[in-house]
Amino acid sequence: MITLSEAPFDPGALLSEFAKGRSEVGAIATFTGLARAEGGEAVTLELEAYPGFTEAEIGKIAEQARTRFALDDLMVRHRVGKIAPGEPIVFVATAARRRRAAFEACDFLMDYLKSRAPFWKKEHGPGGARWIEPRAEDHADVARWDKETTR
Amino acid sequence: MAKVLLFGRLRDLAGWREREGVEAISISALKALLAREDARLGAALSGPGVQVALDQAIVRGDRAIGPKAEVAFLPPMSGG
Repeated sequence: MITLSEAPFDPGALLSEFAKGRSEVGAIATFTGLARAEGGEAVTLELEAYPGFTEAEIGKIAEQARTRFALDDLMVRHRVGKIAPGEPIVFVATAARRRRAAFEACDFLMDYLKSRAPFWKKEHGPGGARWIEPRAEDHADVARWDKETTR
Repeated sequence: MAKVLLFGRLRDLAGWREREGVEAISISALKALLAREDARLGAALSGPGVQVALDQAIVRGDRAIGPKAEVAFLPPMSGG
């Protein structure tokens, strides 16, 4: 399930909900991304999405992940709007029969979300506001999976 | 008559997020129209890493714009 939410969420509660009643799955991996304070440099993050389009684009990559890693299920929760340091921004959970597939699918989904999902991130700090664009390593991270696809 | 959407730094640069009823027959004509109004925005729309979504699908190159089209300009994306 893919959900964008303005309200803060509790990663523990999401995991409990996701794990409930899965007697055949065997493995669940999760990732939680938190807004970093950057030593007081970043006061607030502001996440913008393109409603409808953002969910649909994440849905496409989620379908790829399901097939590629033979997932039983997955969950993506992503914040939009204003986010304070220490609050969760993103939560990804993947369920598979084996741990390797669950770990890798989680990694794959996060690499995609960092630089290819339709979100725009602005950092409001003491020195003003700036838009954050993906770093070279974010592009390199997601490109790993492209290479593996064509192998 | 297209609806035009700007995201991220493009929205801040232009000072608007959404505009209805823009008269343009193609994406290139729309960019030219916006550039005539605001040269800095015009340059940014054609800048590196800016993608265009027509009716919520990414398109490359020029396309005709239908009467009820939605055109969005998307600067480099950054989530998580």
